[in-house]
Amino acid sequence: MSDVKSTEAQRAALFSLGDRIVAAARALGADVAEAVISEGSHLSAKVRLGEPELVEEAGSRSIGVRVMVKDGEQGYRVAVSYSSDTSEQGIARLAEDAVELARLSEPDAFAGPPEASLLSKESEHVDLDLFDPKVDGIDGAMALRHAKNGEAAALGADPRVTNSEGATFSRASGAKAIVTSGGFRGYSRGTYASLTVSPVVDDEGGKKRSGYHWTAKRHYAGLLPDEVVGKEAARRTLAKLGAKKVETQECAVVFDPDAARSLLGLLASSISGGAIWRKSSYLVDRIGTEIASPLVTVVDDPLLPQGPGSRAFDGEGLLSRRNVVVENGKLLMYFLDTYSAKKLGLASTASASRGGSGGVGPSTTNFILQPGTTSAEEIVASTQRGLYVTDMMGFGFNAVTGDFSRGASGFWIEDGKKTFPVSEVTISSNLDAMLKGIDLVGSDLDLRSAIASPTIRIASMTLAGSG
Amino acid sequence: MTHRYTAPFSSNGSSPIDTAIAERLLAVALSRGGDYADLFFEYEVSGSYGYEEGILKSAGRGVSLGLGVRVRKGEATGYAYCEDLAIEAMEHAAKIAAQIASEGGKKPVGLQPISTPSRYPVSELSFDVDGAAKRELLRRADVAARALDPRITRVEASLAEQIREILIATSDGKIVTDSQPLIRFGLRVIAEENGKRRAGSSGGGGRLGLSYFEGKSPEWHAGEAVRQALTMLDAREAPAGEMEVVLAPGDSGILLHEAVGHGLEADFNRKKTSNYTDQVGQRVASELCTVVDDATIPHSRGSIDVDDEGNVPEKAVLIEKGILRGYMQDRQSSEHFHVPFSGNGRRESFKSHPLPRMTNTLLLAGEHDPEEIVKSVKKGIFAKKFGGGQVDISNGDFVFSLTESYLIEDGVITAPLKDVNLIGNGPDVMRKVTMLGRDMELSDGIWTCGKDGQSVPVGVACPTIKISAITVGGTQR
Repeated sequence: MSDVKSTEAQRAALFSLGDRIVAAARALGADVAEAVISEGSHLSAKVRLGEPELVEEAGSRSIGVRVMVKDGEQGYRVAVSYSSDTSEQGIARLAEDAVELARLSEPDAFAGPPEASLLSKESEHVDLDLFDPKVDGIDGAMALRHAKNGEAAALGADPRVTNSEGATFSRASGAKAIVTSGGFRGYSRGTYASLTVSPVVDDEGGKKRSGYHWTAKRHYAGLLPDEVVGKEAARRTLAKLGAKKVETQECAVVFDPDAARSLLGLLASSISGGAIWRKSSYLVDRIGTEIASPLVTVVDDPLLPQGPGSRAFDGEGLLSRRNVVVENGKLLMYFLDTYSAKKLGLASTASASRGGSGGVGPSTTNFILQPGTTSAEEIVASTQRGLYVTDMMGFGFNAVTGDFSRGASGFWIEDGKKTFPVSEVTISSNLDAMLKGIDLVGSDLDLRSAIASPTIRIASMTLAGSG
Repeated sequence: MTHRYTAPFSSNGSSPIDTAIAERLLAVALSRGGDYADLFFEYEVSGSYGYEEGILKSAGRGVSLGLGVRVRKGEATGYAYCEDLAIEAMEHAAKIAAQIASEGGKKPVGLQPISTPSRYPVSELSFDVDGAAKRELLRRADVAARALDPRITRVEASLAEQIREILIATSDGKIVTDSQPLIRFGLRVIAEENGKRRAGSSGGGGRLGLSYFEGKSPEWHAGEAVRQALTMLDAREAPAGEMEVVLAPGDSGILLHEAVGHGLEADFNRKKTSNYTDQVGQRVASELCTVVDDATIPHSRGSIDVDDEGNVPEKAVLIEKGILRGYMQDRQSSEHFHVPFSGNGRRESFKSHPLPRMTNTLLLAGEHDPEEIVKSVKKGIFAKKFGGGQVDISNGDFVFSLTESYLIEDGVITAPLKDVNLIGNGPDVMRKVTMLGRDMELSDGIWTCGKDGQSVPVGVACPTIKISAITVGGTQR
């Protein structure tokens, strides 16, 4: 009961702040004012070699606003401002800064708030079960206990695990409200908890090998047991012992779910409306065409209960909806907010995200490569020769051309078996060719993060190593 | 301090923090038995301007204020922060941080102000300049880039400005303030020809005001970005495999930052998780290499007058003629290694605890003629511009990506190459530095370093460098 009451009180307090921000900006001459208020608390406990290393705890609140000043027929002048000062004086300064900057910026014919008819009502906002009071109630002692258990499981798994970068248990809860002069108001809140265990082992020649494993969920009950995370972290780290380069060659590349997720993130950035109208993506003018192998279907689903990226409404107040982005390899849509939609002559896909600093841009929610029917083990077993990638390094992706070149480490596959660990090689190709070259999609999807993928295999890439 | 924005905790602010209040808060922080505590007050104002499609399309400003309280007990740290300088809120944060300890401990020492150098005096902060002047600088870049070549189809110019006021009080008796200005200009252009689209960019800045543009004008950056984009229209696939690589002076310091810099941050060595652990006094690079962390370079992006734990950094030799001399220290690591504070304890904001971090990392010049270095390469790569890098501390493997590079054939720089990654192992690559130019250059202020989720501005500098073998991650056999 008390939980319901405090939610109601928080919602009312955040809306009231939002109303005051909108009113202050309007009074200074803003034709459109959209306020965002974020409030949150977090606790993080890190243990290293069995002893507490860091306990961090704090709450914070911030306000942000986007204002638009209409300039006749020429369009709107737009600016944003944010502050951690939520006092009356802070609100006044926030509104002044934003309106002053809006007058400095120049009219943009494509700028403007979303059509009033598209705005959702609060009564339409479904409860996505994103908040778990159990997570919110975790104290320092409990967080330390989880971290200690996780690390102890890693250290105890094998005598060769002698060192550790530590284990960290974190919980965060946050609430966010949006109030706009167009009449929209929305409130949401959620929790997130995670445990990461990072053992270190000694290798030949003074080298060390570090690895990790993690679990993260919105609800406490969904977390993997500490011992499972710790043991798996130890297994992953030990498996890297003796890693070496392999010869430069063309070969098949299998990406484990974490590595595959990173590729999916590149796809997401390449179909974001901002990248498209700026012509800064290799996927400009590709709607309706094949951009990936027929095995690839990618869905952005903000309505998944307990999903890490779930939201009932988007950052501009449009009702969230499930978007099939890639269907059997064909690109069906770009991620669009109101602005990028207008720039491209399309309709918003309800993909607007509003950051705490007031700025708005398109984003993904739960962006998921739909699992296939092949198990991860079968993918390895069916690979004659190739690289199984567990980690990638660096920023080697050119969004304009799609060129991809990154550091990689993992295992060498020979005759369907992982043989020895590999490090210090790069894998290169072009994202367009890579997505089209996916010839196996695994069945092993775990929704730990808002961008998620099962194991995938790409038929051929260039691996650069020795020689 | 700007005319418009005054740190609330400064003596003429709305909630001035004097020695008495700081001492009271430190006493609360140590009330449960901590060994050491510090207070980190921070007031930061940021501004951003984005010019696109011939108009100033976006403008933004943000203000953040807070106090971070840290309490150390043995190897453990308690950390809490608040965004409100009401005494109750600050005491609450101090009490939460204090909970890391439960017995024993030390009492705080009376606070004495310490003097600091002045490495980035600014006569006029960019915040005190009318917004229209900043818009005009961006417009000039836009106009210049478009005028240079009809194939330039898009131009994006941006300016970010920041002022960070900090006040640090420590339980061992120091109280110190600093005012850290920072600006960063960026320009990105796209060239199109026969359906091909390629990007080029240029940027810079540092701890100064708009006087930055007296050294490098918006037009200069336009020329540089356009040159790169047009060059890239002809870029071909890069080779794959181990070969000789020559790095241009300046931004190539990124290699140094990744290959040795991070591995020499003391926390990794204290925890024995770095591959440079226990190697002080040993050879870790070719004898040509002398590596220095230098926080004193005037107006450089990575320079600081005082670190975020109240210590003044100087110029520290990390590697001397290939021999490892020492690590970059924060307080906790200094105590562990029984060495003086090196002033490398930095944090992203009041919401974060300090970590050993680089400031400006330099590989000192050698004696070779840069042209001779290129001439000495039979088949290899000349690396001119970089997109960033990353390192695995535990084994020293690092990558960095090239956004502008060329083939070297028989000692001559020839065809431009598409974006490509280099991968190597830090200690291995540093031993393969076989030539160093006499042409030292400091990167223009664009680099930001990330560690444990915290970002801080850094600088890098180096001469022309030849590496005898490193793996180039292209696609051509």
